[in-house]
Amino acid sequence: MNPFSPRSLLTTEGMSRHDIELLFGRARLHARGLRAGTPLRSLAGRVVANLFFENSTRTRLSFERAAKALGADVLNFNASTSSVSKGESLVDTVRNVEALGANIIVLRHPASGAAHLVSGKVRCSVVNAGDGTHAHPSQALLDAFTLHERWGTLEGKTVAIVGDVLHSRVARSNLYCLTTLGARVVVAGPPTLVPVGLEGLGAQVLPSVDAALEEADAVMMLRVQLERQKESMFPTSAEYARAFGLTLGRARSLKPEAVVMHPGPVNRGVELAPEVADGPGNVILEQVANGVAVRMAILEACG
Amino acid sequence: MSKPMVIRGGRVIDPRNRVDGVRDVRLEDGRVAAVSERPLPLDGAEEVQAQGLWVTPGFIDLHVHLREPGEEAKETILSGTRAAVAGGFTAVAAMPNTLPVNDSALVTRLVRQRAAEANLARVYPVGAISKGLRGEEMAELGALGDAGCVAVTDDGRPVMNASLMRRVLVYTAPLRLPVMVHEEDLTLSAGGALTEGPRATRLGLLPIPRSAEVVMVARDLVLLEEVGGRLHVAHLSCAASVALVREAKRRGLRVTAEAAPHHFTLTDEAVEGWNTHAKMNPPLRHPEDVAAIREGLADGTIDAIATDHAPHGIMDKQVPYAEAANGVIGLETALPLTLELVRAGVLGPVRAMELLTSGPAVAFGLPGGHLAPGAPADVTLVDPGAEWTVEAARFQSKSRNTPYEGRKVLGRVVRTVVGGRTVWPLEETR
Repeated sequence: MNPFSPRSLLTTEGMSRHDIELLFGRARLHARGLRAGTPLRSLAGRVVANLFFENSTRTRLSFERAAKALGADVLNFNASTSSVSKGESLVDTVRNVEALGANIIVLRHPASGAAHLVSGKVRCSVVNAGDGTHAHPSQALLDAFTLHERWGTLEGKTVAIVGDVLHSRVARSNLYCLTTLGARVVVAGPPTLVPVGLEGLGAQVLPSVDAALEEADAVMMLRVQLERQKESMFPTSAEYARAFGLTLGRARSLKPEAVVMHPGPVNRGVELAPEVADGPGNVILEQVANGVAVRMAILEACG
Repeated sequence: MSKPMVIRGGRVIDPRNRVDGVRDVRLEDGRVAAVSERPLPLDGAEEVQAQGLWVTPGFIDLHVHLREPGEEAKETILSGTRAAVAGGFTAVAAMPNTLPVNDSALVTRLVRQRAAEANLARVYPVGAISKGLRGEEMAELGALGDAGCVAVTDDGRPVMNASLMRRVLVYTAPLRLPVMVHEEDLTLSAGGALTEGPRATRLGLLPIPRSAEVVMVARDLVLLEEVGGRLHVAHLSCAASVALVREAKRRGLRVTAEAAPHHFTLTDEAVEGWNTHAKMNPPLRHPEDVAAIREGLADGTIDAIATDHAPHGIMDKQVPYAEAANGVIGLETALPLTLELVRAGVLGPVRAMELLTSGPAVAFGLPGGHLAPGAPADVTLVDPGAEWTVEAARFQSKSRNTPYEGRKVLGRVVRTVVGGRTVWPLEETR
């Protein structure tokens, strides 16, 4: 499966290393342009529609910044103020947005497979900005880009993904992207939140967070959705922090040069101790900055 | 009363009467009049040549959603029974999850009346276990039985309240009403969209553990053993459920079970691409479950093939997977899918037809399902070698939600006879 078919980005599953590296090359160019204040305006005259059916500030802002930096016109769509609340179906909504002239639809939706469904119903490009618990390819690409820029290669590196993998589209998309680039991915978290079959997707599931951290060159702490506590997926935030969080003690046991990542927003004191969130090794704001450049490269490839 | 009919030279497969051979069959006055190895005289009857065809008792489907009253855009009793006879079914059991729910004799009578007007397949209403299918208070089970319901069920929903389930078994035992159960512990399936496994993980669909079905099968078998009554387990889908029912039968419990064609021909692989036409409840399972269902069909653990025919419109299915309605249509594909098991060597032709005829008839105590003289003249003529391609747009059902679109299949119904009258092909197309 070509993830850019026809020119859409739906998932990192099946993306080739070559495609990813090409994208990184463009992202590097855009990062320089952004820093110099002279971004490439390669989408001038094109229309990018941000369709967000789920609350998101940083991803939407990041895509908006990327599209505007490329010179595109941006339409922002917010589900709560739209005709969706009047009962319009997703397919009807995206067809209307396409009819308004959108060349690229950036879609965030709470249901897995939504971007796949939409891409089959419109002729314009679709960029999946997160669908349910399935995929969040732009986040994975910017995470991998951040590591790649730091290390030069992911070959031979070990990345630990820690936390609520069951509900994490970020974890799934990262798994494909990182392993394609030659990294080894280990996973740990509350056993109730580690889904079955991850080995088949290329991950190694380890029995404890400590075991995962011991080997990690980078650790990706997933956001804990606090409503999972109400579902009794874990007992309390305090126990989560103690058993599965990156505490100060655990951070000290990491390899000295290890990198700490988080897709944001961070629950300080739960998955990340406050000192660690601000401490050395964390690249969380670097991730955010790289996000714009990587999303520029994605929009450009789809435009 | 229609003209007598002589069906000549077909391979009569009548499992209950242990017939499998070339016979002539005479139908008269709505009954089977004679089945003979020697040619029967025509004697003023209509002659139907059946050389090379299978002549079987009319198929009986214990699990059909006809959607009327209330959701006539999806299906009506007329369109649903057209689909039934097109698929070789001469009788269907109509589930009560209509609008309003069939939890009263009034709705039961309406269903029967509309079926009589349609005048195609026989329709056996199944009443609700609980008022409004809410799982709280018992519906008027006695009145439902008196009005013509052949069983009771809250199908589509489980009876989560174990005490209510126990009382329903106690209460229905003297009424001889089978209690049909949709086995799903909602606290285990909650929020899930696909059977737990690697594919659910990859597609980002929240997992439904198989225990959601299995613990409820186990619970109800325990209750059945304690208080008696008759339990019918709908759409068995997990290997462990099959094992429980097998063991319960071995110990002599009055339990029957059905399986749906999609659960013995498809795995969760059919969901790939978030295919909402492969979304149903219980969800598609794994290869080992499919193998266990097939084994249960072969060894008698499962009594009936039932389609769980569940029509839905495009707007119910052209949505993201998690939001899509559960269910697939099944009446017009059941025969060829059953015959796939014959070609695979899982079932012999006689057992395959038993699962569509006398198996379901006995489970619900229905007339028909066999061809002894005096039995209702409900007959299906099958061309077992006819090849065709599933194309839902050509179906009689009002809905198109099938996961089998484009599948090449073998086995076609060439004639369906109900009460001695040919109802398929439909009169207007003959």
